[in-house]
Amino acid sequence: MSLLLFDAMLCALLLMLALSSMLSRQLVDAIILYIAFGLLMALAWARLAAPDLALAEAAIGAGLTGALCFTALARQGLHAAGPKLSRQQRFWPGLFVLIMLTGLLLSLLQLQVQSGPLPAAVATQLDNSGVSHPVTAVLLNFRSWDTFMELVVLLSALLGTLKVTPPLTQRGNWALSRSWSQLLAPIVIFLAGYVLWAGASQPGGAFQAGALLAAGAVVLRLNKQLNWLHWQNGWVRLLTVIGLLVFSLVAIVAWLLPVIPAKPVWLGWPPAVAGAIILLIETFASIAIGITLTLLVVAEPANHPAVITHQRTEEGAHG
Amino acid sequence: MAELIGSGILYYLTSAGLIAIGVYGFITGPEILRRILALNIISAGIFMLMIVLAYRGGANPAITTDATILVDPILHALVLTGLVVAVSTTAFALALLARAKRHADASEQP
Amino acid sequence: MNPTIELTQIGSIISTLLLITGLIFFVAGSVGMLRFPDSFSRLHAVTKADSLGLGSVIAGLMFYCNWWQNVLMLFTWLLVLASGAVSCQLLARFCKAAEKQG
Repeated sequence: MSLLLFDAMLCALLLMLALSSMLSRQLVDAIILYIAFGLLMALAWARLAAPDLALAEAAIGAGLTGALCFTALARQGLHAAGPKLSRQQRFWPGLFVLIMLTGLLLSLLQLQVQSGPLPAAVATQLDNSGVSHPVTAVLLNFRSWDTFMELVVLLSALLGTLKVTPPLTQRGNWALSRSWSQLLAPIVIFLAGYVLWAGASQPGGAFQAGALLAAGAVVLRLNKQLNWLHWQNGWVRLLTVIGLLVFSLVAIVAWLLPVIPAKPVWLGWPPAVAGAIILLIETFASIAIGITLTLLVVAEPANHPAVITHQRTEEGAHG
Repeated sequence: MAELIGSGILYYLTSAGLIAIGVYGFITGPEILRRILALNIISAGIFMLMIVLAYRGGANPAITTDATILVDPILHALVLTGLVVAVSTTAFALALLARAKRHADASEQP
Repeated sequence: MNPTIELTQIGSIISTLLLITGLIFFVAGSVGMLRFPDSFSRLHAVTKADSLGLGSVIAGLMFYCNWWQNVLMLFTWLLVLASGAVSCQLLARFCKAAEKQG
C-alpha cells in the first residue's frame, strides 16, 4: 500500500514537472524543471528495477543534458522571453494531443501480455556470454552490433557538433569551484572504475562509467582545468575513436582466428575468452564515451583559425 | 495488459502522459530550445513504456521490489543505448541552434 | 535495507524520531525556498536546513543497515554537505555580481 502511494506520488510529480517545464513562461525555468524531471526519472528507473538506467540517467539525463541546455541558453541570453501564445494557439494543439493520447492508450491496452522468445533465449545463453549480468551480456555479446553502431553515432554527433558550433565564451574562474572540482576528480575516476568493473556481474558497465567520467571532466573543464582536452590535441582525437578502434580490431581478430572449430561469426566472441574481451572493449569504450560526451558539452570548434592563433600567441608569450 | 495491476498500470499511464505532454510542448513550444526539451520528454516517456513492457510475462512491479527478478534484458539494453543516442542528438541539435542564432544575429546587424 | 537486523524497541523509537526530525527540516527548507523574498535567504534556507535534514534521515536509517552501508551513507552525507556549501557560495557570488551589474 505504501509502495503504491510512493508510485502514485512519483508519477504525479513526473507528470507535473514535465507539464510545467513545457508551460513555463521563461526558458530558464523550463530547463531547471527539466533537470529536476531527469533526477526523478532516475528515481523511477530505480523503482522499476532498472538500476543500469538509473545510473546512466542520473549522469546523462540530469547532468549532461542540463549542462548542454544551460550552455545553449547562455548563448542566446538568459532571460530571452519567447512570444506569448494566444488561447487559440493553445487550444487546437491541446485537442490534437488529447485525441492522440486516447488513441495511444487504446492501442497500448491491446498489446500482447506474453513476452517474445528473446528473454528466454538470453537466459539460456547467458553462461556462454562471459559475464553474468544479462544487460551487459546483451549489450556487448548478443547484440554488440548495436553498441558498435552507437559508438559510431556518438562519434558522428561529435564531428557534426564540432563543425557547426560557435566558440564558447568562458567566464568565471573561481578558486573555490576549482579546488572543489579537483577534490571531486579522484572520487569520480574511482567510481567510474568501480562501475565499469561491477558491470560484469551487477548493474553497471561502459556507458555508466563513461557518463560518470564525462560528468567529472565537464566540471573540471568548465573550471579551466584539463587544458589538454581540446580537439586540436591529436591524442584527444585518438581517444575519441579508440573505442571504435579496439572494438573493430577485436572483432576482426575474433573473426579471423576462431578458437572453436565452428563457423566464424562476425562480432561473436568465443565463450572461453568472452569475459576478457568484453572487459577490454568496455574499458576503451568507456574512455571513448567519456571523452566524446565531454567534448559534446564543452565543444570547441575544429580548425577555428582564431582559436589556434590565439593559443599560439599564448604559448609564445609563455615560452 | 491484464497482468499489470496497481503500480504497473500507473507507470503505463505515466509513460503515455509523458509522451502526450512532450508532443504538446513540441507543437506549441514558442522557442526552439523548448522543442528540443520536449523531444527529450517524449523519449523519456517512450523509454519508460519500454521498461514497463519489459515486465511482460515476468514479475510484476506491484508485487516485488527485488532487482534480481527476471525481466527482459534486451529492452533494458535498448533503452540504455537510446539514452546515449538521445543525449548525442540533443547536443547536435543545440549546436545547430547556436549556429542558427549566430547566423540570424549576423544578418540582422550587417 | 536489510530487514534481517532485528531492532530493539528503543532503537526503533530513536530511529523514527530522527527520521521525523529530518523530514521536518526538509519541509522547513522547502517552505523557506518558496516563501523567502530574495535569493540569499532562499540559499540559506535550502542549504542549511536540507543538509541537517539529510543528516538526520541518514542517522535514522543507520539503525537498519550493516556497518559498510553506514560508512557509505556517511560518505554520501559528507559529499552532499560539501557540495551544498560550495554551490551555495558560487550561487551567492553570482547573485551579488548580477546585483552589481543590474
